[in-house]
Amino acid sequence: MPEYAIVSEGLSKNYRLTVAGRRHRHDSLSEQLTEQFRSLFRRNGDRTIDDIFWALKDVSFDVRRGEVVGFIGSNGAGKSTLLKILARITTPTAGVAAIHGRVASLLEVGTGFQPELSGRENIFLSGAILGMRKKEIKRNFDEIVEFAGISRFIDTPVKRYSSGMYVRLAFAVAAHLEADIMLVDEVLAVGDADFQRKCLGKMKDVVTDGRTVLFVSHNMPAVLNLCQRSFLLEGGQIVSAGETPHVVGAYLQGVRRRSTSALEQRVDRKGSQRLKFVGVELRNSSGSAAPHVQSGEGATIALAYRSGTGGELDDVFVSIGVHGKFDENLFDLSTVLQGFTFERIPESGTFICHIPRLPLQPGTYPFNVYCEVAGDLADWVQNAGHIEVEPGDFYGSGKLSHPDQGPFLVDHSWDIAPDDQNVRLSPHAGDFIPIEVL
Amino acid sequence: MNRTPAAAGGVVHGPTVMVRPAGSALDLDLPSLWRSGELLYFLVWRDVKLRYKQTAIGAGWSILQPLITMVLFTAVFSGIAKIPSDGVPYPLFAYAALLPWSYFAQALSRGGNSLVSNSHLLTKVYFPRLIIPLSAVVSPLVDLAVAFVLLIAMMAWYGVTPTNGILVIPVFLVFCVLTALAVSLWLSALCVKYRDVSVVIPFMTQVWLYASPVAYPASLVPDEWRLMYSLNPMAAVIEGFRWALFGTAAPDPAVVAASILGVLVLLCGGLVYFKKMERVFADVV
Repeated sequence: MPEYAIVSEGLSKNYRLTVAGRRHRHDSLSEQLTEQFRSLFRRNGDRTIDDIFWALKDVSFDVRRGEVVGFIGSNGAGKSTLLKILARITTPTAGVAAIHGRVASLLEVGTGFQPELSGRENIFLSGAILGMRKKEIKRNFDEIVEFAGISRFIDTPVKRYSSGMYVRLAFAVAAHLEADIMLVDEVLAVGDADFQRKCLGKMKDVVTDGRTVLFVSHNMPAVLNLCQRSFLLEGGQIVSAGETPHVVGAYLQGVRRRSTSALEQRVDRKGSQRLKFVGVELRNSSGSAAPHVQSGEGATIALAYRSGTGGELDDVFVSIGVHGKFDENLFDLSTVLQGFTFERIPESGTFICHIPRLPLQPGTYPFNVYCEVAGDLADWVQNAGHIEVEPGDFYGSGKLSHPDQGPFLVDHSWDIAPDDQNVRLSPHAGDFIPIEVL
Repeated sequence: MNRTPAAAGGVVHGPTVMVRPAGSALDLDLPSLWRSGELLYFLVWRDVKLRYKQTAIGAGWSILQPLITMVLFTAVFSGIAKIPSDGVPYPLFAYAALLPWSYFAQALSRGGNSLVSNSHLLTKVYFPRLIIPLSAVVSPLVDLAVAFVLLIAMMAWYGVTPTNGILVIPVFLVFCVLTALAVSLWLSALCVKYRDVSVVIPFMTQVWLYASPVAYPASLVPDEWRLMYSLNPMAAVIEGFRWALFGTAAPDPAVVAASILGVLVLLCGGLVYFKKMERVFADVV
């Protein structure tokens, strides 16, 4: 058996960009004819020089048999291009890669699905397109249906499925591919939280099966969970490689560095901009701007905003999503959780969000800011700022738990009851009924 | 540890694939095409399933379409224009030609657009790309088979007994499929880059219809045009069908051979062009 599943040497891929910044192509014959006609009258000197854009440049790496490696990086870093080259969907401009074993590429959920066909028909169709033999599909059929949990609807056209059912079925087909090497792109970013957990579990099975997996994702916890080794791509090149926590750390550091530019100038934001966040500030218990706050201290996040329309705004919902060190969601601070939206706010001002006793371990916690006006997304900025937490006496005991115990500090108390007063404890653990979620 | 691709490729169990910038345009990779036979089957099956999905009469359309055209042709060309039909009842004469012709027109329209209409697959998963136009050209054969039933019924109705030549029908059919494939290879690969092709296909089909002896007998074509006319492979196919079914005048073997040769050249050229363009399909489509 060869020791390596994939050996890549100097893989590169470029696209020619036209002046308009579009990929170089002529959608219609007339476009090309006019272009050629024009070039007749052009002097040699001023011919348009196409820009060459390197989506991938000189990427060399190898993956051992049975290894699970992650590829991370911001959008446009070349992750997907790399997977497409390895999957043979597109060809490299230069370089070479040797791939030993049967490859399955999962670049989207539901490749080859036909809305008009039934679940059963789609399992066969999509399975065949993804490279499964008919007898393999037959062998795995029951398991696929069971995993997707759609046995009642197996003969219903998938266009009548809920989006959750559709995604579950599509993932189930993909998860049962019998391949040596799996190229997986963001497939986990689908479905509800429950199903994502199930997918991660299934991916873990795949991983422990001894199959080789290349996993591209923005979901840092998933990458940390699945991959021993990772590569960080930036501008089409590998800029960091090694143990996953190290590489993820390098990635997040880069993201934070890039997002330190003033909130107002940030262009990587979503929403109608009817309201725009223009400034963010962390304040300590005395109410003054501070680079950090202490565990257990009162903390305030102040968000300055401006109305994009230049007038008052009605029905405004603001939320701050706080993330952990691997970019996982920790908690939301939101007006809706408090049961209200701002009914009418002036043209400009500052939202003040106060946390009475900051229940966080020392560390850095980046946060996103989000705002809806009258139900429509107005502004949404990732990594708008971060809460820098220094050790503080949260419990009043002078003690903090070990950082490995997780990011939270939770108010609690302990007591003891003698046997005769003890309430009969339920023998079952976890009979909680969740309150209605948003 | 030597980790160059060549060294790593030393001992291999299972397939090893080399991904590199430029392969030979003539490398058809027949083994992997052969292994994809099941995929071809599933794609044809998909096309057939989807074609008349959610229609009231379903596969009935396979018969109705040539039938309606036949009625129109009979009314216009036989009823009004009094076009002769080589001694065969005109409806039968037209229908026998409409069978291969409808197939051909369908195959061309689906084959020519096949890569573009399957672009969601081209950009997401690898399999031998030839499977796509191939499946598009194969799937209308199902319509042809269904419509053939009516032909047999009509022949019984008109009391026309088929000659022994009916055994040669598959040969003309294969020729018809190869012609459709050859043209589709060119059109589909061109269409990836130039969407103009999908606009041109209906016109092309229409011109080709008039240049083929569907509504009229080839015997009406003036002698001086005869040779050039017969080089149209569909003329040979249609004349061949009528000859095989009704024993009308046989197409000239020399001319048929010439048009077979022409189609083979077109097919080989199409394959080379297709393989050459294949490398950029996913980037351009």
